[in-house]
Amino acid sequence: MHKENTGDAPSAHTPRVRHHRKRNTDVVAGAGKPNGSHLLVNDSSKYKSFLVRAYSTVWMIGGFALIVYLGHLYITAMVVVIQIFMARELFNLLRKAHEDKQLPGFRLLNWHFFFTAMLFVYGRILSQRLVNTVTPDKVLYRLVTSLIKYHMAICYSLYISGFVWFILTLKKKMYKYQFSQYAWTHMILIVVFTQSSFTVANIFEGIFWFLLPASLIVINDIFAYICGFFFGRTPLIKLSPKKTWEGFIGASITTMISAFLLADIMGRFLWLTCPREDLSTGWLQCDPGPLFKQETHALPGWISNWLPWKEIYVLPVQWHALCLGLFASIIAPFGGFFASGFKRAFKVKDFGDSIPGHGGITDRMDCQMVMAVFAYIYHQSFVVPESLSVDKLLDQIITNLTLEEQQALFMKLGQVLQEKVIGS
Amino acid sequence: MEEESNVTSSPSTPVQRLRHRKRSSTEVLDGDKVSASPLLVNDRNKYKSFMVRTYSTLWMIAGFVMVVYMGHLYITAMVLVIQIFMAKELFNLLRKAPEDKCLPGIKQLNWHFFFTAMLFVYGRILSQRLANTVTADQFLYRLVSGLIKYHMAICYFLYIIGFMWFILTLKKKMYKYQFGQYAWTHMILIVVFTQSSFTVANIFEGIFWFLLPASLIIINDIFAYIFGFFFGRTPLIKLSPKKTWEGFIGASVTTIISAFVLANVLGRFPWLTCPRQDLSTGWLQCDADPLFKPEPFTLPAWIPGWFPWKEMEVLPVQWHALCLGLFASIIAPFGGFFASGFKRAFKIKDFGDSIPGHGGITDRMDCQMVMAVFAYIYLQSFIVSQSVSVDKILDQILTNLSFEEQQALFTRLGQMIGNS
Repeated sequence: MHKENTGDAPSAHTPRVRHHRKRNTDVVAGAGKPNGSHLLVNDSSKYKSFLVRAYSTVWMIGGFALIVYLGHLYITAMVVVIQIFMARELFNLLRKAHEDKQLPGFRLLNWHFFFTAMLFVYGRILSQRLVNTVTPDKVLYRLVTSLIKYHMAICYSLYISGFVWFILTLKKKMYKYQFSQYAWTHMILIVVFTQSSFTVANIFEGIFWFLLPASLIVINDIFAYICGFFFGRTPLIKLSPKKTWEGFIGASITTMISAFLLADIMGRFLWLTCPREDLSTGWLQCDPGPLFKQETHALPGWISNWLPWKEIYVLPVQWHALCLGLFASIIAPFGGFFASGFKRAFKVKDFGDSIPGHGGITDRMDCQMVMAVFAYIYHQSFVVPESLSVDKLLDQIITNLTLEEQQALFMKLGQVLQEKVIGS
Repeated sequence: MEEESNVTSSPSTPVQRLRHRKRSSTEVLDGDKVSASPLLVNDRNKYKSFMVRTYSTLWMIAGFVMVVYMGHLYITAMVLVIQIFMAKELFNLLRKAPEDKCLPGIKQLNWHFFFTAMLFVYGRILSQRLANTVTADQFLYRLVSGLIKYHMAICYFLYIIGFMWFILTLKKKMYKYQFGQYAWTHMILIVVFTQSSFTVANIFEGIFWFLLPASLIIINDIFAYIFGFFFGRTPLIKLSPKKTWEGFIGASVTTIISAFVLANVLGRFPWLTCPRQDLSTGWLQCDADPLFKPEPFTLPAWIPGWFPWKEMEVLPVQWHALCLGLFASIIAPFGGFFASGFKRAFKIKDFGDSIPGHGGITDRMDCQMVMAVFAYIYLQSFIVSQSVSVDKILDQILTNLSFEEQQALFTRLGQMIGNS
């Protein structure tokens, strides 16, 4: 979705615009007309940068595939590591070294809030699965259920101690800086943790629901780059001068088609489609559910006349994948525009420099974040709506009843259900 | 918990009044020594301002009592109105007029996000009770259940529209201002809606759980003012020079004692202690929770012999009230310090001027917000779980779930507790 004239991977968004245009003035001078100088189509050294970008992209995709192979817990670990780096990048972004020297312990406060947010968010998402992991052991089970019961109180106490700590360390003449940093910390943590917790929730519903949205974003980026590389003419949005309508539309079509096909391919692997009910790492067995069972659709008459197939086999999940693809191509790029505008606003070139040639982790993740949230909400609302109330009640049972009460409930419920079966 | 300058403000105002010192420079000149001038004890005009403050406080308390009498739904409406005004105050606070003229529609964007947040937060808190209200009508019930099922998707959709609207209206050279406003909007909405949604959740658990924390904060403020008025000598914290340790400690002791006593008084009324399961407005009947049944309590032996009572009737809820009182006196004032520091940081006198003589609504609510969140979390963690019994959950399972869901729950419960 953009044309670039320096060494970046296709998954880099407009952020590259900022500093590379300024860095390679000779390249810009080498371009033809001033109007078309931004567009990659007119750039002569683009082939060299293309190779460099492709090389780094291949490495990133390779690492990613390896982790997916290793399983749910490792992917979650990867997500956690990514978000730690992202938080660190963002914390450092608007920090001013001069003021920081006068405020010892302020960085520590940021990490305190980070730890509290992590405990809160992952505690909520993974509580049910943690309980399932410690089921055999009674002592651990009681310990875990009481931790879950008091989870909110624990996180709140941690947050309030951070709040009190912040107020007690307010220094005269530094008030504005400290309050801005406080607000900035909250915004970062909200952005980072909402999407990463939703990502982890998706992972445990089935790696499919993490892999498909992430792949769609990567495909969208790559094909926007490629289409812009060859056909880009009309600028798309003032915020990102290197993006073009040709790249955008070409990428949208490609993304939707690949969503349909990818869902078919991925949906055939139990490893990807089974939800993980606990925190184990072994192999998964499950009944994948009606979404992943093939259905036959007879092709309408006018298609089947010139295609060799009379029917196609479609997994119902492929229709959901079309919606995901639509979102990934039309709305998710706004995450990139947002990051772009943000960097222009605060005159930052990149969010960081962790990935050589790409900028920081946040530059990589800006569209992924928007997509992860959408995928989670889509999944909860349209794919698995039924078990929500069951989950809520199970939550209540875990947090509010002791083990003996749970066993009593189990027996009573069993009796009632048996009576219903006999009576019906 | 504060000694106040000699201007018209009510006792429930924390530090904000400080600002008024600049306004009334005449009174500062009247003070004797320069170092002692902030403390109220040395201020001669304090008696006049005391009368004015008492007058406005009485009016606010009277209005509050009337709304409590009318019931849960009206209190919720009051909370909603308060938060609309608070949000309006805060939205306007860091807005700059010249930039705003170049950005038509920025106000609408703020209210769009406000509406989305309100829908999201109140939808979650009140969904069960809304469903209970419309059970009679089949069509309405299906409509409401459908809305609840897709509630998150609807709110997300509205948020994404606002997000895209924001990006499409970014204007060159205004980027920093617009991003600043965007972040500010988010912070305001989070602060305002977290605490107001928790307040509403508390109300529907029983007006007691809204009334007691709110009263404790008011009592804490009033007695901090009174103790500072008469005894204040040692400054408490640099952020608020008018607060003193004497006021702080006196107010803490009074607050904890009144928590104990007030819980006893309030706990005798079913109107205050019964939870409301739907959105009706009529009278409430319910089984008294064991928390509100009096239990005999023998005073420990170390109480001196002249104390007339050897045994007292204590409602178990009074022990919980002690915890609430402790928090209200020690930690909740930090909400006031935070607001104070914030206003110094951004060099503003008050959050607004809705309440004559008091400043804005946020000035009134700063400590209340911290208390409301604590009360909700305390309630959910330590109290609600005690009232949930096996039979109640069994009831919920049998009424809310379909047969297949009940079987699914049964299987999963069995796996969880280790049976086959």
